[in-house]
Amino acid sequence: MTNGAAVSSGFAATDQHGSAAIEVARLTKFYKTTRAVDDVSFRIARGSITGLLGGNGAGKTTTIAMIMGLVLPTSGTIRVLDCAIPEESARVLGRMNFESPYVDMPMRLTVRQNLTIFGKLYAVKDLPARITQLADDLDLGEFLDRPNGKLSAGQKTRVALAKALINEPDLLLLDEPTASLDPDTADWVRQHLQDYRKAKGATILLASHNMLEVERLCDRVIIMKRGRIEDDDSPDKIMARYNRATLEEVFLDVARGRVQETAK
Amino acid sequence: MSELAIIGGIAPHRINAMILRYWYLLMSSWPRLLELLYWPALQIVTWGFLQTYIAQNAGFFARAGGTLIGAVILWDILFRGQLGFSISFLEEMWARNLGNLMMSPLKPIEFLIALMVMSLIRLAIGVIPMTLLALFLFHFNFYGFGLPLIAFFCNLILTSWSVGIFVSGLVVRNGLGAESIVWTLMFALMPLACIYYPVTVLPHWLQYVAWSLPPTYVFEGMRALLINHVFRSDLMLSALAINVVLLIASFAVFLALLRSARRHGSLLQSGE
Repeated sequence: MTNGAAVSSGFAATDQHGSAAIEVARLTKFYKTTRAVDDVSFRIARGSITGLLGGNGAGKTTTIAMIMGLVLPTSGTIRVLDCAIPEESARVLGRMNFESPYVDMPMRLTVRQNLTIFGKLYAVKDLPARITQLADDLDLGEFLDRPNGKLSAGQKTRVALAKALINEPDLLLLDEPTASLDPDTADWVRQHLQDYRKAKGATILLASHNMLEVERLCDRVIIMKRGRIEDDDSPDKIMARYNRATLEEVFLDVARGRVQETAK
Repeated sequence: MSELAIIGGIAPHRINAMILRYWYLLMSSWPRLLELLYWPALQIVTWGFLQTYIAQNAGFFARAGGTLIGAVILWDILFRGQLGFSISFLEEMWARNLGNLMMSPLKPIEFLIALMVMSLIRLAIGVIPMTLLALFLFHFNFYGFGLPLIAFFCNLILTSWSVGIFVSGLVVRNGLGAESIVWTLMFALMPLACIYYPVTVLPHWLQYVAWSLPPTYVFEGMRALLINHVFRSDLMLSALAINVVLLIASFAVFLALLRSARRHGSLLQSGE
């Protein structure tokens, strides 16, 4: 459709006078000869929830990993909470957190032990009280002293979310936060994320294949395909532009190259 | 975890958190504890009986009592020190937890210090019972080395950490496919560090290589102490100087490999 920089600038104009939570400019990543992310630019306003949509290999995970500093970009710049990544990441890592299917919590340690360790790493004040609060909020009480490896997928996801929230981050990066969850648990997690954003004014960037999730949660959607931004707007405006009733239909249009007949 | 932040302050609370993480793990798993004790005990019993047998049949070894058992214990400090470091690191790879740590405020230097402390703890669990076995079964008092033991220990543990840091960097960069190097690299030093024989046994050209390795100075120093009853402080100082260089070099290599892992996206893949 259009390149990332052009598309993103329209939406990002809403916060161009304030400092954005995330500013990505001309971000490109090559893995050897494979271009995983191709000249992507966007700004994400503080306090917003933004969804990164795209099929497998679209570049969502690599983009998030670069924002987190786990992957170095080939070119381009990233600023997170006013700090350049990776140069100033030490200044900002304590104010952000993440959840990803690419990492696990240590299996032999109990939930309480895991949360204690991460709480200490993030220098959380009054850690026992924070763990108790998270246990209440995320309903972890009954398995707080059980090893992480003995939990169900849904329970593990809640624990991973507790770890991601342990430091009450200003910026939360989530890669497939509700993957492998039953609809009830997934709905519950989404509600919790909304509540957290509302209570703390936090910024959330999430990559997802779940279109209903993105429709429900996100103020804004960035659609990626083959490493480039295909579209970038609010869910309602994107659906209107493609003349579709759901984001899933939009996603299929983009994935199957029907963009020309619809959005254009 | 930002490698560019190493010049910033080191936070003891983050180091403590990592030590606590490995302590919880160790205490939750009896096979891990047993493994720490089993192999050192087996080593000391085997080599102790061999030393006893040789001493009964060879005049030199009768005079130089304890050189084999002493060498076995010192070798175990070197080997177990590195394994104690590296296994704690591998636990993060096996648990797929490295990404969580890399994204946390933990700095590489803090992570490595925690691994060093864990190598000391694991070493103590494995080697102290080993020295007691040597005392009760073979009447070899390892602590009879006295103050020189501190010099031996410090030099060996510094070498073990350098190797541990280097192989951990290889695993960060190449994934668990490089795990076998963790278990075997130290054995490459074994023939060159002259654990059980003097450096003069080696061909002349190979002696230069041997003298580039800090453990060689320690094992030569141990033999000088046991056979000639002389503490060679010159050897210990030479070993310390090489160890300082090795430690700095291994840390630089670790950071370079970590950066390379970030460039290649290896931190997102903790498998092979």
